[in-house]
Amino acid sequence: MEAIDIFSYFLLLGLLLSAARVVTTSNVIHAAVALVFTLTITAVIFLLLSAEFVGLVIVMVYIGAVIVLFLFGIMITRAPLGENAELDNDKNKTVALVISFSIFGLFSYILLDSFDGQINITEGTSTEILGQILLSRFVFPFEIVSFVLLAALIGGITLARKDNALVDEDQV
Amino acid sequence: MSAQPFLIAAAGLFSMGIYGILVRRNAVMVLLSIELILNAVNINFVVFNQMLSDVLLNGQIFTVFIITIAAAEVGIGLAIVLMLFRNRQTANINEFDLMKW
Repeated sequence: MEAIDIFSYFLLLGLLLSAARVVTTSNVIHAAVALVFTLTITAVIFLLLSAEFVGLVIVMVYIGAVIVLFLFGIMITRAPLGENAELDNDKNKTVALVISFSIFGLFSYILLDSFDGQINITEGTSTEILGQILLSRFVFPFEIVSFVLLAALIGGITLARKDNALVDEDQV
Repeated sequence: MSAQPFLIAAAGLFSMGIYGILVRRNAVMVLLSIELILNAVNINFVVFNQMLSDVLLNGQIFTVFIITIAAAEVGIGLAIVLMLFRNRQTANINEFDLMKW
């Protein structure tokens, strides 16, 4: 067993522990912070798997933007900060445990049965080559995705803004 | 380095996300659990990309696409939650039962 194996086991253990914290903690802010830890460990795993660009995108997009959006969402919807016993639906817990464990068992059985390949650690992925592939072979999905992002942006603004034009002046 | 521990960890992350979706009552927490599921899929894509030594980097490019879609999904999802909160003064999904049969 090499040093990199032990390092990756520690990383995966931390990943699972922080993910468990996201779904079990009774504090809303703690869940968001635990998600930050999960995503950071994911980025480190991507660096280990020589996918540097994707790891950096995770750090920038998820930790930089999505988590901030989540914290805004938590604060705007006035979710009770601090410990909150009402956060979980207790009567669903056994059913949820059974379903998630059976999904885990099924997935791990299939994955262990089908794939026993070795990961080839390479020197790293050139971002230049990634960009060339993205803008040649995948240029159509790339444009579609940018259109989806634009539509989501406009839709989000339209949903979230108070439409003052429709509100009567006296009621404001 | 064997690929199996990474795949098992991704399966664990996925099932934890399912657990969170089923158990959580706050809509923002459900969105957090969906992020866990998308993250598990990302890990699987990158691991398979390295395992198969794909020169066309299909796995990594799809991961970038998934991250983009996830960002769009969070934006729309939080806008909807905000809208529901404005109308119903709560973010608990078990109280949004207007369309329940």
